Amino acid sequence: MKDVVVVGAGPAGCSVAKELAEEGYDVVVYEKRQEIGAPKRCGEGLSSSAVDNLGLDIPEYCRMQSMDGALVYSPNGDSVRIHSDETVGWILERKTFDKWMAERAAKAGAKVRAKAKVVDLLPENRGVVVEIEGERKKVESRMVIAAGGVESLIAKKTEVKDQSDLEVVDSGYQYEMVNLDLKDENKLELYFGDEVAPRGYVWVFPKGENKANVGIGIAGDLDETAKHYLDRFIENNERFSKASIVEVNSGMIPVGGLLENMVADNFMAVGDAANQVNPIHGGGIREGIKAGQIASEVASRALEKDDTTKEELEIYNHMWWEERGKSLRKVEKLREVLEDLDDEDLNYLAKKLDGQDLMDFTQGKRLSKLGKLLLKRPKMIKSARKLL
Amino acid sequence: MSWEINRDRCLRCGGCVAVCPTQALELTENGVIVDEEKCIECGNCEKVCPVGAITVGDDE
Ligand SMILES: Cc1cc2nc3c(=O)[nH]c(=O)nc-3n(C[C@H](O)[C@H](O)[C@H](O)COP(=O)(O)OP(=O)(O)OC[C@H]3O[C@@H](n4cnc5c(N)ncnc54)[C@H](O)[C@@H]3O)c2cc1C
Ligand code: SF4
Ligand code: SF4
Repeated sequence: MKDVVVVGAGPAGCSVAKELAEEGYDVVVYEKRQEIGAPKRCGEGLSSSAVDNLGLDIPEYCRMQSMDGALVYSPNGDSVRIHSDETVGWILERKTFDKWMAERAAKAGAKVRAKAKVVDLLPENRGVVVEIEGERKKVESRMVIAAGGVESLIAKKTEVKDQSDLEVVDSGYQYEMVNLDLKDENKLELYFGDEVAPRGYVWVFPKGENKANVGIGIAGDLDETAKHYLDRFIENNERFSKASIVEVNSGMIPVGGLLENMVADNFMAVGDAANQVNPIHGGGIREGIKAGQIASEVASRALEKDDTTKEELEIYNHMWWEERGKSLRKVEKLREVLEDLDDEDLNYLAKKLDGQDLMDFTQGKRLSKLGKLLLKRPKMIKSARKLL
Repeated sequence: MSWEINRDRCLRCGGCVAVCPTQALELTENGVIVDEEKCIECGNCEKVCPVGAITVGDDE
């Protein structure tokens, strides 16, 4: 019998697998795709503070370009420039980054298997049924960790997760483009406004040498598709006319619906499978890896005590909410308020705010400043109060 | 029952699978498949699909 089966070899699954294998546990990671990390469902942005906090020593070949700030555009074309003299983040190559994460897990002693699909849980979550090359077999384990991303049916099976509320999901679409005129090759570009991206934004994340991920995330319940809005944005921008598309990506982003409970008997969920993404920018790499680290700590203790009941694993809920959930909850409020803003409000804010303000807000800090500004907009008073 | 997918458009991102309230959908190597018994035609998958690959009901 294995100690732990991890379902899904994304950043979250590989993170938890590496930590547990290092503790000496017998861990296996099943990944249904034939190639880990590909195709990506991601803009590939990761902040330097996240890298430091996670203690990741990301090899150079996975880091495509360093970022020192951002250019944020309001609907009328005004922009706020965020600049730092230091590197504030990276645009990664997920194909190589995810594989590197898997390699780390494997080197620590975990067994990773691509093109192996988990099709069911065994009774009491004591293992899984896995399908490899058309053959199904039972793999017994002391516990199962679901890390299957947004489409994690395994997490749904335990009723830990339900994601059918379209108000808290974003629909995402992206082109990786080459031969592109970038405004600044070390800055993210973000475009807001009802015309461009209703209840969301368009991003241009430079990947070096006139390459970039050009994508959009919008509310999941709109009549028009994310593709529709992104294509229009690109058509209306002369500077894309010479660019070529080398990859097309799409995906769903669980930007709301943080879960109070992410465990069951002999079962835990991490990463997108547990809706762990930053509700304001949709970033989930950091959250998945962090949750993997927290989950491994709790699982390791539970396995040692030979008590993997729900009650014991609930420590993970408490730890995660203390470390990540509380601040993400604040950011979730910010998101709710942003969704109420119309183009005029956004134009107004672009005049009043600077780069540092925006940086702080996305981390849930100093939101009262935004609240006070919005109090001056009569129809925004109710929303403003949420931030005060 | 009318749940249809345009397989030429689908990018296999699993977005539709994630928002299905009845677990009627699954992303396989051959794309998204539906379990017609389970589908309640709520339209969630059609709405969330970033490329408009799914049509539910008789809107079109
Ligand atoms: C358009 C878009 C842009 C984004 N941009 C960013 C960004 O710039 N920065 C950022 O930090 N985040 C971004 N995100 C979010 C980020 O991609 C995810 O949060 C992150 O990948 C989650 O990691 P994970 O390990 O939880 O899941 P995933 O990376 O999705 O990995 C889950 C894996 O599990 C596998 N799996 C699922 N079910 C099974 C099964 N039954 N058996 C075996 N394997 C299974 C899947 O094939 C998959 O490989 C973006 C998302 C989208 C859609
Ligand atoms: S959401 Fe659309 S593109 Fe993504 S898997 Fe479902 S049908 Fe395909
Ligand atoms: S219409 Fe609703 S129930 Fe049917 S497959 Fe789509 S999301 Fe699931």
